[in-house]
Amino acid sequence: MGSRIDPDKIKKDFPILKNKMNGKPLIYLDSAATSQKPKIVIDTITDYYENYNANIHRGIYKIAETATERYIESKRKLAGFIGAEKFEEIIYVRNTTEAINLVALTWGASNIKKGDRILISEMEHHSNIVPWQMLAKKKGAIIDYIKMDKNGEGLSDGSFLEQIEKEPKLLAITHVSNVLGSINDVKSMTKIAKKNGATVLVDGAQSVPHMPVNVNEIGCDFFALSGHKMLAPTGIGALYGKMDLLDSMEPLFGGGDMIKNVGFDSYTTNDLPWKFEAGTSNIEGGIALGAAVDYLEKIGMQKVREHEKELTVYALEKLNKIKGLKVFGYGKENIEKRGGVISFSLDKIHPHDVSAVFDSFGIAIRAGHHCAMPLVRGIFKVGALSRMSFYIYNNKRDVDVSIDAINSVKNIFKVK
Amino acid sequence: MPLDIYAEEIISQYEHPHNKGKLPKYDVEFHDENPICGDDITIYVKIENDKIAQVSFEGQGCAISQAGASMLTDFVKGMPITEANRIDYDKIKAIIGLDPGPARMHCAVLSMKALSGALKKYMEHKYK
Repeated sequence: MGSRIDPDKIKKDFPILKNKMNGKPLIYLDSAATSQKPKIVIDTITDYYENYNANIHRGIYKIAETATERYIESKRKLAGFIGAEKFEEIIYVRNTTEAINLVALTWGASNIKKGDRILISEMEHHSNIVPWQMLAKKKGAIIDYIKMDKNGEGLSDGSFLEQIEKEPKLLAITHVSNVLGSINDVKSMTKIAKKNGATVLVDGAQSVPHMPVNVNEIGCDFFALSGHKMLAPTGIGALYGKMDLLDSMEPLFGGGDMIKNVGFDSYTTNDLPWKFEAGTSNIEGGIALGAAVDYLEKIGMQKVREHEKELTVYALEKLNKIKGLKVFGYGKENIEKRGGVISFSLDKIHPHDVSAVFDSFGIAIRAGHHCAMPLVRGIFKVGALSRMSFYIYNNKRDVDVSIDAINSVKNIFKVK
Repeated sequence: MPLDIYAEEIISQYEHPHNKGKLPKYDVEFHDENPICGDDITIYVKIENDKIAQVSFEGQGCAISQAGASMLTDFVKGMPITEANRIDYDKIKAIIGLDPGPARMHCAVLSMKALSGALKKYMEHKYK
């Protein structure tokens, strides 16, 4: 493979992209919500059910052994992919939301006390706000917010430094904003937070699918991700946690697989990672996530990042020329701080109307508050935004057709 | 979604809505919103002899919700409360002249919900 991604070649790996939507070739620009799935991932699921469907762990027969091996193998792959040292540090959950809730309900329940501070930011997704609000309500803890900078592009360094001096017990921060694409310097933030005694959780839902990530280099204690945003099926995601922390935590659910011994009046918990995976797991999801990791590694995450940077700059240049269109977040001169997510407003036209016109062009974009109401409504003071988000299967033509769609919106709504 | 939903009449009433703005005198007001899309409508009703004598709205949102409010307020002017209370989604589709489809249904019914809330509030108050 050359030094660059060939999105036209990659498109062919994704069966859904051969389809039409409203009679037009499907252009999928909603990968920040969920990614499409390559044939190899879909085939992996079928292969499991057709050839070695069996419950994992204790089966003493060939196909159960195969299923168990592939499931564990997928954890090794994911651990390697995000720079974790051991597969035991990878807990499979449904998605990022569940991973964050797991930390709130176990680590949070034992470590957050009345009056303790939890530091998050104004740009968080609801999944990294509400679990902490629920915990704070239960415990009488205080939630502080790192403010957005004055341009509403990224987080304010000054606000972070001011808040971290209040010595929060926890810093829970997104790696990449799902609204703005803004990339937070989670490595530096973790270093400073740890110096001030905080435990650090990073929400990696929007970073892991799109750029090289190394949790060990970041130095965070917990890292949450979703499989479905990185080519894997829905219903599989992961929580990475440092061994000693995971060891010290109580399990969330009780049941099969999470125990070593059960007596009539007691139990002992299983080793990691199984301690946190009670009941039969999403076996095919885990194995398919392994296939998705293989697919991404074959392309190379640095190349994925470079491709999205190029596409984002291309789109920003075109969008900035459209009268009445406002892009939120960093401009192209700050592309190093920006992922392939572009939220915009168009004159006073409601994003649902924008999105409906895109739909008629065969283009899938998202319109709404993007599950970040405090940012969209509280900071930007708008009801909703339109959002395009890119991935490996998008090309410049997808951007060009989007520009046509925007011009059509302007015509329909008679905006000059 | 086909672009039929942006029929000339919808765009025209979205740009130049009828009955927009707070009534100088009204008997009841009611606010409703779609938190998902951020659309909101406040409806003002003046009632005489159990009929809708005057009705207006304020709000913001997509073309379907705002043009829909414009068309609905035109439609119910002069109508007995009992009749206005019978307006359902099928009737809304007839009033706005199109079927917005499942994804946009909530936009089309927002003003209907607000009107129905207003009338309920009025009756509750009257027969308290």
